Amino acid sequence: MASYSTNEFKSGLKIILDGDPYNIVENEFVKPGKGQAFNRVKVRNLKTGRVLDRNFKSGETVEAADVVEMDVQYLYSDGQFWHFMNPENYEQLAADATAMGDASHWLKGEEMCKVMLWDGRPLAVAAPVFAILKVTGTDPGVRGDTVTGGTKPAKLETGATVRVPLFINEGDLIKVDTRNATYVARAKE
Amino acid sequence: MRCEEENWRPTASLASLRLRAELLKKLRAFFDIRGVMEVETPALSRAAVTDRHLASFRVDGSPGGALYLHTSPEFPMKRLLAAGSGDIYQVGKVFRAGEAGRLHNPEFTLVEWYRLGFDHHRLMREVAELVQSLVPGLRRSPEYLSYREAFRQHAGFDPLIADRQTCIVALRRHAKALPAEDALDYDGWLDLVAGEIVYPALGNGRLTFVLDYPASQAALARIHPGDPPVAERFEMFLHGVELANGFHELADAKEQRQRFERDLEFRKATGLPAMPMDEYFLAALTQGLPECAGVALGFDRLVMRAAGAHSIQEIIAFPFERA
Repeated sequence: MASYSTNEFKSGLKIILDGDPYNIVENEFVKPGKGQAFNRVKVRNLKTGRVLDRNFKSGETVEAADVVEMDVQYLYSDGQFWHFMNPENYEQLAADATAMGDASHWLKGEEMCKVMLWDGRPLAVAAPVFAILKVTGTDPGVRGDTVTGGTKPAKLETGATVRVPLFINEGDLIKVDTRNATYVARAKE
Repeated sequence: MRCEEENWRPTASLASLRLRAELLKKLRAFFDIRGVMEVETPALSRAAVTDRHLASFRVDGSPGGALYLHTSPEFPMKRLLAAGSGDIYQVGKVFRAGEAGRLHNPEFTLVEWYRLGFDHHRLMREVAELVQSLVPGLRRSPEYLSYREAFRQHAGFDPLIADRQTCIVALRRHAKALPAEDALDYDGWLDLVAGEIVYPALGNGRLTFVLDYPASQAALARIHPGDPPVAERFEMFLHGVELANGFHELADAKEQRQRFERDLEFRKATGLPAMPMDEYFLAALTQGLPECAGVALGFDRLVMRAAGAHSIQEIIAFPFERA
């Protein structure tokens, strides 16, 4: 089993703590005078996204997490799993709802996504940063109102809901920033 | 990768390097006026420090066997003292494996000096005088706290009678990150509380000296008998950063050998490499070390403070990552 010593710690390193994979966000070396040295680290749980602080006695070793990132193409969902294909070798993999997180809100088919694999299993999926999606339901638009800055909810073809400006109509195409689920602009066909 | 191409450059500004040179000049003048002689001792040695928490760089390839880069010039400087050198100081590079971070560079500059007839109290006053002459804007009167008072004031417990559980409670109360519970002995827990809670609170606008360390953390200091006995050792802090560590020097060769042996036992028990004890140093102690106090001052951190720098990399031309 591969492992890292604390003196190899740096941000971006993937380790296993209490059975879960973590990404090191920050690492600080702390040594009081003549005493015991510590590595004070901030780590993000790659399953839950939660960030926590940990102190390690310097020189301790920690199990390495076999985590890799890969570009894959979204194929379809069977309701329980979302299926992707690695375009390089045509191998398919399936991600469950936990790994999908919010990514499933933005996928129609054929999008290239980033998937993070832990021991070969999908841990997290990231949709493309921008998605062009059709509005399938919203209150009627207020003609000409492009300045008041008011917003209303709009349902998209993937089932997701985002807040859009008042002038957006059903059937319009909009560009959405998938990182924070916000409307960016009206889009053309 | 633009940043990679730029890595040949120094991380310190030229202004910081000029300040560094200026401080070095003043430092030498400080000792010169006081009649303290500058000396040089080997950086590469057959013997090495046995300290539980210091790792020496090992250098192979010499026909006589492994050599070690010194972590401080303490042993050969004490050999000079035993040989009758009188007051001495040294400014030089020392090396500590695995110590890298915002306040650490594995290769750094240490100022170490010894004063005959001084005890640690008198030496603390001299350290304060030196630092106040190099770092502008410090209040004149330093603060003196025993290790015990420092913990009571800032961590809310008495380190000489507390236990691991008290440390854990204090760390939780201050929302500090914990290690695995079985990872540390009691001194280790105290070190964690010190580094996370106590030391960061010290040296606000003036120097804080912490003294009377637990006897278990004596290193090369004398132990003052009492209940409980305490080590005649001090550390000096400025803005939460340790700048210096000093001792009323242990001169008892027999006790020194025992401490080395205890360190080596600890190293063996915890899987750390064994270190060859410095027999020259022990022989010098047997011959007789004059009554003296000595201190090591981190020059880089002093420059950091004078420059108002946030990290040691801002005042070292080429830190380890670019060496």
